[in-house]
Amino acid sequence: MSDLFAARSQMALSLGFHIIFAEIGIALPLLMVIAEWRWRRTGDAVYLQLAKRWAKGSAILFAVGAVSGTVLSFELGLLWPKFMQFAGAIVGLPFSLEGFAFFTEAIFLGVYLYGWDRISPRAHLAAGLIVAASGAASAVFVVMVNAWMNTPAGVVLDAGTITGIDPIAGMFNPSTVQQALHMLLAAYAATGLAVAGIHAAILLRRPALPFHRHALIVALAVGAPAAILQPLSGDLSARTVARWQPVKLAALEAQFETERGAPLRIGGWPDADARQTKFALEIPSGLSLAAFHDPNAEVKGLSAFPRDAWPPLLPVHFGFQIMVALGTAMAVVSLWAAVVAVRRRDVAGSVWLLRALAVVAPFGFIATEAGWTVTEVGRQPWVVQGILRTADAVTPMPGLIVPLLVFTALYFLLGAIVIALVAGMVRETA
Amino acid sequence: MSGFLASIGLPEIVAGLIVLALNAYVLMGGADFGGGVWDLLAGGPRRKEQREHIASSIAPIWEANHVWLIIVVVMLFTAFPIVYATLATVLHIPLLVMLVGIVLRGSAFVFRSYGGEKYGGRRGWGLAFAVASTVTPILLGVIIGAVASGDVAAAAARVGHASFVDVFVIPWLAPFPIAVGLFALALFAFLAAVYLALGATDPELQNDFRRRALGAAAVVFVLAIIALLVARSGAPIVAEGVTGAPWAIALHLCTGAAAVTAILALWTRRYGLARIAAAGQVSFILWGWVLAQYPFVIPPALTIRQAAAPPVTLELLLIGLAAGAAILIPSLRYLFKTFAPAAK
Ligand code: HDD
Ligand code: HEM
Ligand code: HEM
Repeated sequence: MSDLFAARSQMALSLGFHIIFAEIGIALPLLMVIAEWRWRRTGDAVYLQLAKRWAKGSAILFAVGAVSGTVLSFELGLLWPKFMQFAGAIVGLPFSLEGFAFFTEAIFLGVYLYGWDRISPRAHLAAGLIVAASGAASAVFVVMVNAWMNTPAGVVLDAGTITGIDPIAGMFNPSTVQQALHMLLAAYAATGLAVAGIHAAILLRRPALPFHRHALIVALAVGAPAAILQPLSGDLSARTVARWQPVKLAALEAQFETERGAPLRIGGWPDADARQTKFALEIPSGLSLAAFHDPNAEVKGLSAFPRDAWPPLLPVHFGFQIMVALGTAMAVVSLWAAVVAVRRRDVAGSVWLLRALAVVAPFGFIATEAGWTVTEVGRQPWVVQGILRTADAVTPMPGLIVPLLVFTALYFLLGAIVIALVAGMVRETA
Repeated sequence: MSGFLASIGLPEIVAGLIVLALNAYVLMGGADFGGGVWDLLAGGPRRKEQREHIASSIAPIWEANHVWLIIVVVMLFTAFPIVYATLATVLHIPLLVMLVGIVLRGSAFVFRSYGGEKYGGRRGWGLAFAVASTVTPILLGVIIGAVASGDVAAAAARVGHASFVDVFVIPWLAPFPIAVGLFALALFAFLAAVYLALGATDPELQNDFRRRALGAAAVVFVLAIIALLVARSGAPIVAEGVTGAPWAIALHLCTGAAAVTAILALWTRRYGLARIAAAGQVSFILWGWVLAQYPFVIPPALTIRQAAAPPVTLELLLIGLAAGAAILIPSLRYLFKTFAPAAK
């Protein structure tokens, strides 16, 4: 295994691990605050029980999120020192603001978890709200960095060296809004539907438990709207990619030839050597319509770019297909739940809806991993699109397989324990 | 002195703020690590009570204390990107081990408090927490020692031209960095014992930590002497700064006064005063190191000026810091007030 490949794998592993905890850390506090608020409004002690449960879950997951995030902030330098040397002065600002958001989050999580009998009810609820808001804020700040890597703005280059920078322009680059929106919705949809799915599965066996009925409704209130909006936001992201990263678009759609009225492909096996995509179900003009809102728009194909500028096609194309398929399923099930709720039927009473919710429970997290694969692998061979190549950013330190193995083992251990702990907590209530 | 003041500009101010954040991390996060050391060394008839006192003192605040480290890192790579890149390259190995320690410390602590006993045993997690708390400060000290020694700069210049061991191992696996590592561990343990004594409600328990604090103070003293002796050959620039510079005497006097005050206060059981004095002592030591290598960030190659990001970044960072501080400072006061040990 080459050092470059080991570094990329370690980065992917660490981020793929962290993002799960980050998503839960963004959304679970919101569920917890809503439950506490319902308790204060209705006096129904089941909501209090629920808030305390979710708070306990937040504490465990937040800790793992915090330590894995700390690892990341060092890894950026440990693995990609030249990237950080190059970009630190630009992307450092959103990272610093993110640092403050973490700080606020950690402080008020401490207040929330340990302050049930030390501060007034109003202050306690406010502390929870601050945790939820600062989690969302930290996601926005860090996604600004990633958006900048995709569509760098605010740098003036002269023959490869930076001659001027504008960090504010860097923060508000062409991808920022779309990516931040898509990421936040992903966090609420993935976490909300996962929690809803767990409680739906328990309700299928023990339909009378009020704890799980309440939990299901609160989780759906957060997850379903986000899941319904997510495909719209995804369309926005896709159009941004089409405009600014045409190679990435071509890779994720497995579009080899430049053409007008390009089809939208479902499935299919991109064959880079033959320069065609086999076995795909093609919707005529679908891609032109989706990417440019014009059935006759010209879509650039991979052939328009030199071969060494192509990202790896299989992970990007399949990552995209998986994300869209899972996102569609999540949106459909969420709409179904919304229809049941609007008709004032009992959401927890429909066996088929509960089954569907239990099935889609893990989809959001899988879609997230797939989506990040599309974004990050789709940007290859660049770490900063068009400016800095990944191969030029990697550390000169040899033997990178060792840290990769260390972190793989560590993350597997942590992951297994977190799953065991959460499963134990769920079992206690079932 | 006037030359020193005239040399202060935007880069120096930002560098000072980074050290201030590091100072906060050392005082707060450092003490949390020290708590883990006392968990490892818990003993006597009140062993269980000691561990419980440590756990309940750390639980609500360790996450917030931990974030100081992240603030240090992000400010460093924003304002001095080349410093961050150099450290991360040459000190890859100790940084990596430190990270493993940080991961294990934080997660083991939470797993232990949230029902992890079924998987690995409560004591198993406790042990992971305690060992990780001991290893991590040593590495933090080793990293600081390696920077101060001047060998990081030399190694960075030889990347690609010298052997793996010369570039990635020798700069930190040397007597001076290791001496600083042990010194850092002793300081953190000392701080923790003082804080824990202040926070204990049971007089017997309080006495346990009082005795530990006094013992740790003695170890700190011995290790300080050793580090100074090793510095003559291992870190000449810093050694010269610490002993020769005009301000050095004043700083030594302050450090010594704080140390003596801390010990006397412990002796006479005035724990509130002991905490202030101990915190002062540790801060003076940290700033002593910083001033000794001023104006270098990585002696003897990179000065603050040479390493600084463009002014626009520094200005924006300062604005961001001011806005962040306006939110943070009241929040932190609220946190510590809410969980302050009952005054007595
Ligand atoms: C719950 C998770 C989830 C779901 C259901 C979807 N996505 Fe997504 N998607 C993500 C989670 C995600 C993500 C992991 O959050 C990404 C990675 C980077 C980003 O900004 O969001 C992402 C990236 C991403 C990108 C690449 C953006 C870039 O490279 O800048 C596109 C084009 C889409 N998505 C499009 C869609 C479409 C058309 C969906 C239709 C259903 C969809 N996503 C559902
Ligand atoms: C804002 C946040 C992020 C930043 C700053 C970031 C940064 C980076 C960097 C510096 C690299 C190495 C260079 C490269 O290969 O392009 C990388 C690669 C990668 N990242 Fe991200 N990343 C972010 C979010 C994520 C997330 C959340 C995931 C989740 C899975 C992810 C997945 C990957 C993958 C799979 C690679 C390897 C790509 C390849 O080498 O083929 N990234 N990222
Ligand atoms: C899109 C990708 C990312 C998102 C959405 C995200 C979001 C979050 C959130 C919400 C937290 C709070 C902890 C929690 O609730 O679990 C967190 C923690 C953290 N993240 Fe990430 N993050 C991402 C990628 C990164 C990257 C690339 C870095 C590397 C610099 C990073 C560094 C950190 C750090 C240092 C923490 C710990 C903060 C603490 O101690 O509280 N994150 N992240």
